[in-house]
Amino acid sequence: MQVVLPLLIPLLTALLAALAMPRPRLQRGLGQLGGVALVLSALWLLQGVMAQGRLSVILGGWPAPFGIELAADPLSAVLVMAAALLALAVRVYSDDHGSSEPTRLPLEQGVVAAAIAITLAADLFNLYVWFELMLMGVLGLLALGGGQRAAEATLKYFALSLLGTLLMLAAIGLIYGATGHLNFTALSQAARDPAIAPALPLYVGLLLAALLLKAGAFPLFAWLPASYHTLPLPLLALIGGLLTKVAAYVLLRLLGDVFVLTPAALLEGLGWLALATMISGVLGAAYHWDLRRILAFHIVSQIGYLLLGIALATSAAASATAFFLLHNILVKANLFLIIGLMILAAGHHDLRRIGGLYPGSVLLALLFFVNAFALVGVPPTTGFWGKFLILREAFEQGRYLWGGVALGVGLLTLYSMSKIWLEGFWKAHPDPERLNTAAIPLGGWLAVSGLTLLIVLIGLYPEPAIRFIDAGSAGFWPASSGGRP
Amino acid sequence: MNLLLILTLGIGVAAGVYLMLSRDLFRLVVGLAILGSLANMILFMGGRPGSLIAPVIEKGAEGLPAGFADPLPQALTLTAIVIGFALLAFALVLAARAARNGADPDRLRASEPKPHEAVKPPIEDW
Repeated sequence: MQVVLPLLIPLLTALLAALAMPRPRLQRGLGQLGGVALVLSALWLLQGVMAQGRLSVILGGWPAPFGIELAADPLSAVLVMAAALLALAVRVYSDDHGSSEPTRLPLEQGVVAAAIAITLAADLFNLYVWFELMLMGVLGLLALGGGQRAAEATLKYFALSLLGTLLMLAAIGLIYGATGHLNFTALSQAARDPAIAPALPLYVGLLLAALLLKAGAFPLFAWLPASYHTLPLPLLALIGGLLTKVAAYVLLRLLGDVFVLTPAALLEGLGWLALATMISGVLGAAYHWDLRRILAFHIVSQIGYLLLGIALATSAAASATAFFLLHNILVKANLFLIIGLMILAAGHHDLRRIGGLYPGSVLLALLFFVNAFALVGVPPTTGFWGKFLILREAFEQGRYLWGGVALGVGLLTLYSMSKIWLEGFWKAHPDPERLNTAAIPLGGWLAVSGLTLLIVLIGLYPEPAIRFIDAGSAGFWPASSGGRP
Repeated sequence: MNLLLILTLGIGVAAGVYLMLSRDLFRLVVGLAILGSLANMILFMGGRPGSLIAPVIEKGAEGLPAGFADPLPQALTLTAIVIGFALLAFALVLAARAARNGADPDRLRASEPKPHEAVKPPIEDW
């Protein structure tokens, strides 16, 4: 029950919200109730995993390798918690806006449910089904914008994402054909069988390609900056904060926990792809002046760090990647929410048309400052710990080039954050009449400050989170020496 | 049997990719639909097509006979077909809407602002 509840609550909320579509006030109440209940159930799951270690539920009542398994270990429990907090923050943020579409809440809750289910799935085909459901929810949300802008953005997103899911489906078919299993535990045993292992790298590589597309890695991220900016802002925070990260988590889980005998060449290639992803993302962000596009490109660049952590392939690197994942979900989504407030207060999303936000609202400036530093990785924020752990592992393995590029990309991140700071907060507003900081609703302040408080707390006192994640990733890449010195 | 399936797959993938790369929204969707069917077929082939041995444990036997026809991929394929159908229907509506609004399939730039300076990114007007 503990494992299934965080999945059932958003599904139930979606269903009820769909039934309550003619009554917006009721629907809003349902959304808030569902958000709070989801956070509580995620806490319960976290507590259960802390007390008992890995929890698993096998649906359908069949014994282990045949039934469909949902499992929560420390890594997935932490991610479920992050997703639940994010969903609640988006609910709190957007409820003050009023003018929301009735179909939005069901779709939004569907995306949350699918993202949580992907982190809990311990079965390849189930994973695929949830990816498809997540895709459908996002397509619906994209198309809700109406008009030609939304239709074309949705089309671009659809074509590339569907290609990704088709690759995934084909890879799953091939893996099933080779091993006869879909369950993660059974697969990881089958993958060590010398009679089967030689056939697998090709299929795993295909699966890897599909997940890299979903995660927005270097040559395959074109769908992301082409479509994300058409989403309304609180949704952009949810989708930009969650979707690509979930795909990165699945990569970590499959490579580190299931197909542990992945050939070194594949991991080496992943490392170089990670560098290309980081650099191309951060350069794209440096070019743009549109707040939403800057952050959309930073999603790509942060995915590079995650891929770097995965390519290092030790249990310490897995732990570092998981911590970075937690940090990145919270900080990235929070930054999106903050630029939402900036756009509301300053009246435009292009940095050349806004300004004067620092004298306008010191609190907003402070909130942006903390989160931007967390994204860059300045101590003592969560970003610092995440990057520090990944870089330490890179340098320990003698990957000086990889680590060095990651550091340089951090500097460039600082560049585009200081661009937002200088243009949005520091310079005078070119059209002072449009500056109206009173336009920021209470829900927006609540959501953003709540998330910021959490980020600062984890940044100042990361020990428990890191220890907890360490316990979960200890079994990753068992062949390597592993373990924190 | 297997050779026939492999040839079908090869030709189908070629057709799907060709259609997907063409400069026409409808062809793009049809190409994706073909690729989707082929992904389903790959899934289906995991179940030893052509085997005539039913997946039934004989009385007194300990397990399934070797080379049995695996029914699980059929169930998986069915699920994938249903999901794929929903997505295809959605995509057709989407492409029809975009085309009716006069989308230029060569560019699809409605969601991007119009450039007016060579070096700097454009500003949206709204």
